[in-house]
Amino acid sequence: MGIDYIYPQFEVIRNDGRCTNCRICEKQCANGVHVYDSVKKRMVCDESKCVNCQRCVCFCPAHALKIAKNDCTFRENANWDEDTIKELYKQAGSGGVLLSSMGNPKRFPVYWDRILINASQVTNPSIDPLREPMETRVFLGKKPSAIQRDEQGKLKCELPPQIELSMPVMFSAMSYGSVSYNAHACLAKAAQELGICYNTGEGGLHEDFYVYGENTIVQVASGRFGVYKDYLEAGAAIEIKMGQGAKPGIGGHLPGAKITGDVSRTRMVPEGTDAISPAPHHDIYSIEDLGQLVYSLKEATNHRKPIIVKVAAVHNIAAIASGIARSGADIIAIDGFRGGTGAAPTRIRDNVGIPIELALAAVDQRLRDEGIRNNVSLIVGGSIRSSADVIKAVALGADACYIGTAALLALGCHLCRSCQTGKCNWGIATQDPELVKRLDVHVGSQRLINLMTAWRHEIKEMMGGMGVNSIEALKGNRLMLRGIGMTDRELAILGISHAGE
Amino acid sequence: MTGEKIIESMKPMHDRSNGLGGGFAAYGIYPEYKDFFALHMFLDDRAARKSCEALLRETMEIVHAERIPTRTTPAITDEPLIWRFFVSPLRSVLASMQLNEEECVARAVMTINTQMKGAYVFSGGKNMGVFKAVGFPEDVGYFYRLEEYEAYSWTAHGRYPTNTPGWWGGAHPFALLDYSIVHNGEISSYDANRRFIEMFGYKCTLQTDTEVITYIADYLLRKQGLSLEEMASVIAAPFWSTIARKDECEQKKLLYLRKVFSSLLVTGPFSIILGFDGGLMALNDRLKLRSMVVGEKDDKVFIASEEAAIRVMEPGVENIYAPAGGEPVIVRVKEGKF
Repeated sequence: MGIDYIYPQFEVIRNDGRCTNCRICEKQCANGVHVYDSVKKRMVCDESKCVNCQRCVCFCPAHALKIAKNDCTFRENANWDEDTIKELYKQAGSGGVLLSSMGNPKRFPVYWDRILINASQVTNPSIDPLREPMETRVFLGKKPSAIQRDEQGKLKCELPPQIELSMPVMFSAMSYGSVSYNAHACLAKAAQELGICYNTGEGGLHEDFYVYGENTIVQVASGRFGVYKDYLEAGAAIEIKMGQGAKPGIGGHLPGAKITGDVSRTRMVPEGTDAISPAPHHDIYSIEDLGQLVYSLKEATNHRKPIIVKVAAVHNIAAIASGIARSGADIIAIDGFRGGTGAAPTRIRDNVGIPIELALAAVDQRLRDEGIRNNVSLIVGGSIRSSADVIKAVALGADACYIGTAALLALGCHLCRSCQTGKCNWGIATQDPELVKRLDVHVGSQRLINLMTAWRHEIKEMMGGMGVNSIEALKGNRLMLRGIGMTDRELAILGISHAGE
Repeated sequence: MTGEKIIESMKPMHDRSNGLGGGFAAYGIYPEYKDFFALHMFLDDRAARKSCEALLRETMEIVHAERIPTRTTPAITDEPLIWRFFVSPLRSVLASMQLNEEECVARAVMTINTQMKGAYVFSGGKNMGVFKAVGFPEDVGYFYRLEEYEAYSWTAHGRYPTNTPGWWGGAHPFALLDYSIVHNGEISSYDANRRFIEMFGYKCTLQTDTEVITYIADYLLRKQGLSLEEMASVIAAPFWSTIARKDECEQKKLLYLRKVFSSLLVTGPFSIILGFDGGLMALNDRLKLRSMVVGEKDDKVFIASEEAAIRVMEPGVENIYAPAGGEPVIVRVKEGKF
C-alpha cells in the first residue's frame, strides 16, 4: 500500500450465475489468483497476482471466467503512458533493472504488414498446387563458386555440409532451462516428423533427445553450457550464438534456483549455481577470433557440420554479416528486435536493435553486391508470425526462417509475457514438474505439426498464385513484393517498389 | 539455307505476335569475317556512333564497319542507325587485363548497353548475327533482306510484349557473344534469377525476362563450363521426386547442380531456343506450360511453337513430337559442315 501500490492490471470477472465452485481455476493457477473461501462458500480472487495467461479462462468448464483490462487508470497523458509511469514507480521503489519476457510489444512499424504479395493474371498462369508439384525443400549451407571436374570430365559432386529442410521454417533456439523438458520434447518430435530442425538453445542437449540429432541444431553460446564432443557431433549443424534480437549486446542469466536436477546435468553446471552467459564470448573480441571459433568447431567435427553464426539485427548489420560470411561460416542467422526471450532487461528489449525486415533486405543486398551471397545461407527470425511472413522473408532474400514465439503459441502460450517468473501455467517456460506435465508431449508435437502443415499449404497456395513452383525461384525475388504506405527511403532499403508501380 | 524459308514460317504465326517486335538469329553468315566478333548495333545518331567507335578502339581493333543493308518498307518505321562492326580485341589489352577475348568483348558490350546513351549492341558473336526490329517478324525479315544471307541455322521470333514497351532492342533474339535466345513465355522467377546473375558482372537493363535467360546461358556455359545438358538440369531442374527415381550416379549429379545453382532455376511458362556456335538447343519449362514441337526431314531439324510453322517450311516433315517439360533437344551441325 501507499506510494508504490499499483492497482492490478487485470480484472478477473466471474459470472457467479455460471460458477459451480468446482475449483478447477484454483488448481490451474500457479500464481494463486483463485482461492475457495470455505466460509462464504464461493470462489474469491487476488487479481494482483493475475498475469492474464488465460489458463483459467480456457479450463473453466462453465465458461464463467473472463479477464479484462482494468479500467482503473492514471490521468491520461500522451507522453507519460501508463506503463511508463508504473515502471518508474517500480524502479523508484526497488532500485532495480526491469525485467520482461517475450518479444518487444511496443508500437514500432511492422514492415511485414506493409508488404503485399503478387499473383499471376493472364500473361503468366497461376499454378494449382493440388494438380502440379509445388516444391518447398531447401538446402542450407555454403555453395561452391565454381564447379570442378575430374580427369574424365565428370562433375565432382561433393558439397560442403548442408542442412536439408522440407520447408523453409525451423524452430528457433530456446534453451532447456528457459523452457521445459516437455517443450523441448514437443519441438524435437515435431521437427523430426516434419523434416525440419529445432534448436537446443544454449542450455545443452538432454540425453533423451540425442535420438533427434538429425533434426537438431546444437548451439554454442558464450556460457558454453553443455558443450562437449558428443554434443557437437549430435546435431545437423552447430550454431554459434553471438547475439539475440531481444537483447543485443548483453548476455543471459539463469538463476541458480532453476539449475536443478536435469537442467544442471544438461548444462554441466553445479546445482544451485547461477548460469551466466557473458555478454561477449570471452574468446571472441574481433572478427578473426570468430573465424577461429568457426574453424575450431569444424575441426572438432571433421568438417561434417555446417556452422551457423547467429547475430542480433543491429544498425551495422550488413557489414557485420559480410564479415561473418568471410569468416568461414556456412549460414548466418539474423534475429530481429521483435524476437522473443525468456527474460531480458525491459529497456534493452524495447529499444535496442532494428526490425528484421530491414536487416534482411540490407544483408541480402550487401552480400549480392559483394558477390558472396551463394557462399552463405541466410536464416531470419525475430517475429515471423504466419506463412505470409515466411513468403515475404523468402522473397526479400532469406533461405529459411526461425520461429520461436509462433511455435510456443502452438503449444499453448498465450503471450502473457511473464516467463521470467518461472510459473508458466501452460507448462512451457517453467521447471516446476507439476506445471511441466500439463504440456502433453503427444498433443504439443501434433499441434506444431499441424501448424507447419497449415503454413506449408498456405505457402504452396501463394507460390502457385505467383506462378512459382519451387521455393528456390522465390528466394530474393523482390519483384513479387510491393510496399504500401512506406517512404521512398524505406522502399529503397527493402529494395521493393510501391504498390501501383 | 537462306532466310527466305524461316520468314515464310513466321507468316502462319502472325497472330502470336502483335507487331511490337520481331527478329532472327543466323549462324554461319559471315564466313569471310569468321574470326572476328560481329557487333550489331542500334545507334540514335552519328554522335553516338562516333563515341561508340572511340570506346571500342580503346580495347579492340575494328577491321570493318558498315551500315547493315535494309529495305524501305511501310511496315517498318522509325528505324535507328543500324551498324555492324567486325572487331578483334587487342592482344596487349587482353594480356594486361588478364582476360580472354570473349570476356573482353562481353564486358565492352555490357559497358555500351548500360552506360552509353543512344547506343545498344544487340548481337556480338563470331560468324553469326541477330536482326531485329519493331514490327511483325515477316516484315522484319523483308526489311533486313534476310534472303541474301546463308546460314546453317536460323531462329526467329514474333513478340507479344506484356511487361515492357515494344522497342527495337526489346525484340528477340537476345544475344551475348554467340549465344542467342528466343523465348516464348513469361518467367515468374525473373527477379530471383536477375539478382543472382548480377553478382557476376551482368547488368539486366531491359526489364525483360529473356535477357536474363541469355545471361544465365552465358554464365553456365561459358563461365562455369557446364554442358548443354547440365545447363538444362539447372534452369529446368527436375523435381526432387523425379531426381529420387534416377540411378545413383545421375542422382548425385542432379542434386549437386540443383543445390549449387538453385537461384538459376527458371519457373513460369517458357519455351526457349538457344542458338550457339554449331547448333541449337530447345527447352521447355519443367511443367511444359508452353507448346513446342520438333520435326525432322533429311539432315534438317525444325523446332517451333506450332506444327503449322514447320509444315510451311517442310510439308514432308517426319518424326514430329513434343519434347517433355525440362527435356532438352540439342541439335549440332555435323562436324566440318561449316
